[in-house]
Amino acid sequence: MLRPTLALMRRALRNAFRRPQFLAPLVVFPSLFLAVNTGGLQATTGLPGFPEVNSFLDFQLASAICQSTMLGGVSAGIAMALDIEAGFFDRLVVSPIPRTAVVLGRVGAAGVLGALQAVWFLAIGFIFGAEMAAGVGGVLVVIALGVISALAFGSFGVLIALRAKNASTVQGIFPLVIVGLFLSSAFFPADLLSSPADVIAEYNPISYLAEGLREPIAFGWDAQVIVEGFVAGIALAGIGTSLAISALRGRLRAAR
Amino acid sequence: MPAIETVDLQREYPARRGPGLRAVDGIDLAVAPGEVYGFLGPNGAGKTTTVRMLVTLLQPTGGRATVAGYDVATQPAEVRKRIGVALQAAALDLLMTGREMLLLAATLHGIPPADVADRGADLLERVGLSAAADRRVGTYSGGMQRRLDLAMALIHEPEVLFLDEPTTGLDPTSRLTLWDEVRRLRDEGTTVFLTTQYLEEADQLADRVGIIARGKIVAEGTPATLKAEVGVPHLDVTLAGEDHRDLAREVLARFGDGRPPTEECDLSVALPDGSAGLAPIVRALDEAGVQVASLDVKEPTLDDVFLAKTGEHLEGAD
Ligand SMILES: Nc1ncnc2c1ncn2[C@@H]1O[C@H](COP(=O)(O)OP(=O)(O)O)[C@@H](O)[C@H]1O
Ligand SMILES: [Mg+2]
Repeated sequence: MLRPTLALMRRALRNAFRRPQFLAPLVVFPSLFLAVNTGGLQATTGLPGFPEVNSFLDFQLASAICQSTMLGGVSAGIAMALDIEAGFFDRLVVSPIPRTAVVLGRVGAAGVLGALQAVWFLAIGFIFGAEMAAGVGGVLVVIALGVISALAFGSFGVLIALRAKNASTVQGIFPLVIVGLFLSSAFFPADLLSSPADVIAEYNPISYLAEGLREPIAFGWDAQVIVEGFVAGIALAGIGTSLAISALRGRLRAAR
Repeated sequence: MPAIETVDLQREYPARRGPGLRAVDGIDLAVAPGEVYGFLGPNGAGKTTTVRMLVTLLQPTGGRATVAGYDVATQPAEVRKRIGVALQAAALDLLMTGREMLLLAATLHGIPPADVADRGADLLERVGLSAAADRRVGTYSGGMQRRLDLAMALIHEPEVLFLDEPTTGLDPTSRLTLWDEVRRLRDEGTTVFLTTQYLEEADQLADRVGIIARGKIVAEGTPATLKAEVGVPHLDVTLAGEDHRDLAREVLARFGDGRPPTEECDLSVALPDGSAGLAPIVRALDEAGVQVASLDVKEPTLDDVFLAKTGEHLEGAD
């Protein structure tokens, strides 16, 4: 079980680096977005209801990590769909490996990329003057939550791929996911969202994930917020992965 | 115990409206261990659907099938351990190198980590891809991709090997290389289930051939018995001019039943004794003064079998 999972994870990672055209946007777009936002929207930190932060950059780093890992999830889905289209998936399925390894390998690779994505944005943040309110321990928390967030988005990307079976459909789902991100507190504090977005944001697990990521950077050690972030992320990843595994099983049972 | 056995195997694809399409319509097979079984049929006959069911990629909608003694529907994990599969469209990852693909296949088949590299290198050597091993599969020619696909199917020395149209679309040289490999596998005792649209391929490689048309097996046997069933060799005669046609027909009538000539000849006559019957005919034509442009002895082909059973020619008939 572990060996095929690790082998498939390694392959997925290696391939990710061989498709720079898919990999680069994961960090390039959120980085540009971050630059534009922090440049242009710095003033929002003065709005009533905006929490006390050092700088808008501190606040927005978590948004960028969320956005980046979400794009990572879409790419994991596309990679899975391309495997299905190319027939490589059939080869995996006729090998004597547990079905779960096929899903876990792909989702696990997204998780490893998630760590790299978190490190990238922390590095950019530090270069441009962000501070880590929670100190060195906070860095580890952010990386861990980056991994979990990537696992969560990755599992849903794979789920969609297993249902859609082709890469263009997976790509078509992408705008929906962006909406999900904006209907959360990933980009703006829930207090500043108008109704009904604020209500949605309150129940949106992505909000908890984003706030867990933001807490150690922008505010400090509020254990509850951080724990809620982990719980939300792990729950999403768990649900996404189980659904993906059952989608794979169902797919094989029906076999088209 | 047969290596592959099916009883009334069926697969229906649901249609949007009305009854579904019976792509495989009650197939009974018994392939002996070590046998090379050729599944011959035109495009759309149901070959791939049958293979996909036998390799556990597709659930049968009726009947049952066992491979290496295990039921494909209820014991798919046991089946997967014992089979090698090269599907009609090579199942490769173009971003990986040939060596990486083989190492991955070895790992997925549970080959001990210490043996993975050697096993991969041996197989690359065997299919003639050592020099290209570290190039990405995307740069391979069609023939090289097929060979790599075959190597991956062989990585765990499977008991039963499935090859779905392994040479369709290949150039003649690659085709011959693949044929050699199948012969070598047969010599090593691997059971091979091979599908093809090419009668020559079935004729050359298969110990036994099943001819499939519209989801049903219409004839089965060794290539020789199948051909013997439908007929004897025949002689095609092309005349030098029109003048002697009637005379020639009279001469030939002395030697046996005439056959309807094909587009490529003027007259055709059965040769029950094969080429041995040729000399007297040639002498008789010569004595009668018939000017002959060419004489062709034609052995019966599997296409004749297909024609006799279905009333149609095989598309791949050469
Ligand atoms: N997934 C599918 N859904 C519906 N019909 C299919 C599907 N796959 C194959 N068919 C149909 O089933 C028949 C048999 O196809 P196939 O098994 O691929 O034949 P072959 O491999 O002999 O060319 C064809 O009429 C084909 O159109
Ligand atoms: Mg086919």
